[in-house]
Amino acid sequence: MENFAFLTQNFGRYDTASIGSYMNVGGFQALKKAVNMDGEEIAQLIARNKVKGRGGAEYDMGRKWSQARAVQGEHKVIICNADEGETTTFKDRELIKNDPFNLIEAMIIAGWAMGADKGFIYMRAEYACLRPLLLNAIRQAKNYGFLGTNILGRGFDFDIKLYSGAGAYVCGEGTALIRSIEGKAGRPRMKPPFIKVSGVFALPTCLQNVESLSLVPHLLLDEEGRYAAQGTEDSVGTKLVSVAGNVQKPGVFEIPFGTTVREIVYGLAGGLPEGQELQLIQFGGASGKAAGPDILDCPYTYEDLRSHGVMVGSGGLAVVDKRTSVLDFLRINQDFFSEESCGQCTPCREGNLHIKLILEKLSAGTATAEDVRLMKKIARVMSMSSLCGLGETAQNTLLSAMQVFPEVFEVTERQTGGVAL
Amino acid sequence: MLNNDSPGSPLPDGLQAKLDLVLEAHDYDATQIVGILLDAQELNELHYVPEPVSYYLAERLKMPVSGIFDCLSFYSELSDKPRAKYPLQVCSSIACRVNQSDSLASVLKELLGIDFGETTYDGRFTLEKATCFGACDRAPALRINGQVYGPLHSREEIATLLRGLD
Ligand SMILES: Cc1cc2nc3c(=O)[nH]c(=O)nc-3n(C[C@H](O)[C@H](O)[C@H](O)COP(=O)(O)O)c2cc1C
Ligand code: SF4
Ligand code: FES
Repeated sequence: MENFAFLTQNFGRYDTASIGSYMNVGGFQALKKAVNMDGEEIAQLIARNKVKGRGGAEYDMGRKWSQARAVQGEHKVIICNADEGETTTFKDRELIKNDPFNLIEAMIIAGWAMGADKGFIYMRAEYACLRPLLLNAIRQAKNYGFLGTNILGRGFDFDIKLYSGAGAYVCGEGTALIRSIEGKAGRPRMKPPFIKVSGVFALPTCLQNVESLSLVPHLLLDEEGRYAAQGTEDSVGTKLVSVAGNVQKPGVFEIPFGTTVREIVYGLAGGLPEGQELQLIQFGGASGKAAGPDILDCPYTYEDLRSHGVMVGSGGLAVVDKRTSVLDFLRINQDFFSEESCGQCTPCREGNLHIKLILEKLSAGTATAEDVRLMKKIARVMSMSSLCGLGETAQNTLLSAMQVFPEVFEVTERQTGGVAL
Repeated sequence: MLNNDSPGSPLPDGLQAKLDLVLEAHDYDATQIVGILLDAQELNELHYVPEPVSYYLAERLKMPVSGIFDCLSFYSELSDKPRAKYPLQVCSSIACRVNQSDSLASVLKELLGIDFGETTYDGRFTLEKATCFGACDRAPALRINGQVYGPLHSREEIATLLRGLD
C-alpha cells in the first residue's frame, strides 16, 4: 500500500528540539497565514473538510470552533487533550514525539481563531518522557515571539502551559480534565454548564484532541487540496490508526479514509501471528465496539464502520485471535472499567461491579438466563443514566459483543428456579 | 492537626531545598499540584509522598492540605504510602493480555516469590497491575518507575532485566 503522509508529513524531517529546524521545513507558515484570516474562515476550512474530533466522540470540529468563537468572554481557553487513556490508542504519543512544534503552532492558531488567550496541554503522566520536548518547544516559541503578547504584531496574546495527569483514565473526560487542571481530583461534574461556556476557572473553554489540532496547520497550507482529495465524501482525508494486540507489526499508521480494515490489519500491521485465526477486532479502545471477522472487508470510514455496528472512536484497533475467547476478552475489558470508574455515581459504580460478577459467572458456567438478561439491562441503564461519558460508554463493547456473538450468551437453563423469559 | 500552620514533623535535611526546586519549576502554582506531587514523590526512594511533605507543599502553595490528600488518594500514579524501590507494573489491558502478559506476571512472581500487591522482603520490588499505559505496541509491557520495557517474552530477558536494576 502506498504511504500517504499528511498528518505525518513532518515526521523525521526536522530536529524536534529546535524551532529553527522546524521553521526550515515550513514551520509557523500556517500561523502567519492564519493571522491574516478571520477566525470564522478557519472554522469553515475545517468544516469543509468535514473534520470530526479525533479523541473519540467524533464531534464536528468546524462547528465546535464556530461555537467557541461565538461565546463572549474577556478570557477564553483552548485545551489540548493529550490524556490518551483509551486502550490500544497511542497515536497522539507519536504526534507529540515526532512533531511537537506543529502541535504548539496548532494551538496558537486555535487561540487566534477563537479569540482565546490561554492554552493548556493536559498530558498523561505515562508520557512524562515527552514533557521536556514540549516544554522546550513552548519555551522556544516564546523566545521567537510566537507565544506571549502581541504575537506577529497582531495585538494577539496567547500562552501555553503544560499540565500533567496522574494515571486516571476518567481525566480524559472534559469536566474531569478541567478539575485536574484546576489542581483538584479529577471527578467529573454534571453538565450543564457546558465547558464551552464555563470550563477551566469558569472561563469559556474549547477542548480538542492532539490529532484534531495537529491537522489544522497542514490544512491551512494545503492549497492544492491534497487532503480533500483523499478519503470518501463523508470521511474526508486521512486518519491515524493505532493497531495492537495479536498482530505481527503493531504500530501507528496514517491511512486515507476508505482503506479496508483488511489492508490495515494484514497490510500495515503485518497480519496475525503465524497460524492464528481472527476472533474479533475492537475499534476505538475499551469504550469502543467489537466486530467479528466479517468486518475485514469494510472500508475504514465513519459511515461504513457505523453501518457495521462499530465506530472510529479513538482510532485504536485491538486485534484478538482465537486463543482468547470472547468472554475472556470481555472480562479483560470489564477489568479496565472496574478499575477506572471514579465511583462517584451509582449506575457506573454498581453497574461495573455487577457486570463483572455476571461475566465471571458466565465464564464459570454458573450464570442463568436471568443473569444475562439482567446484565444487558444494567448495561443499558448505565449508558442512559451515568453521570459522565465513562459510564455511558463502558458497556459499548459488551452490548456490541452480545449482538455479534449471541451464542456466547446462550445459557442452558437448569431445572430448579428456571425463569420463563 | 489538619491545619496548615502545623506542618507535623520537620523535613529531613536537604529535602526542603529539593522541594523548593520542584515548586519553582512549577512556578509555585497550586493548580499544578498533580505535577508537583509526581515530582515530589520521585524525590523519595520509595516513590511516595510522606505526610510531612504534603503539609510542607500545602503551606508553600497556600492551599488546604485536604486538597493534597484528595489528589493523593484519587490519582493512581500518586501514593501516600511507601512503595518499593522498583514497583513492577504489569499492564493488564487488552493488547498486553492477549500477548501473554499473564506469563510475564507468572515469571515475575516466581522469580521474586511475591504475588500482585506484595513486596519482596528487602523492599526492593512490588508487583502491581496497571491499566494500559500507551505502550501497546510493545506488548506485553512492563513499567518500572516510568520506564517502559517490552515486549518481554522470555524468562531469560525478564531475569536479566531484574538483575540489571541497580
Ligand atoms: C472517560 C473518557 C475519557 C476520554 N479520554 C480522552 C482522551 O484520552 N483523549 C481525548 O482526546 N479525548 C478523550 N475523551 C473525549 C473528550 O472528552 C473530548 O470529547 C475530546 O477531547 C474532544 O476533542 P476532539 O473533539 O478533538 O476529539 C474521553 C472521554 C471520556 C468520556
Ligand atoms: S460515570 Fe463512572 S466515571 Fe463517570 S462520574 Fe459516574 S462513576 Fe465516575
Ligand atoms: S494494552 Fe498494555 S500498554 Fe496498552
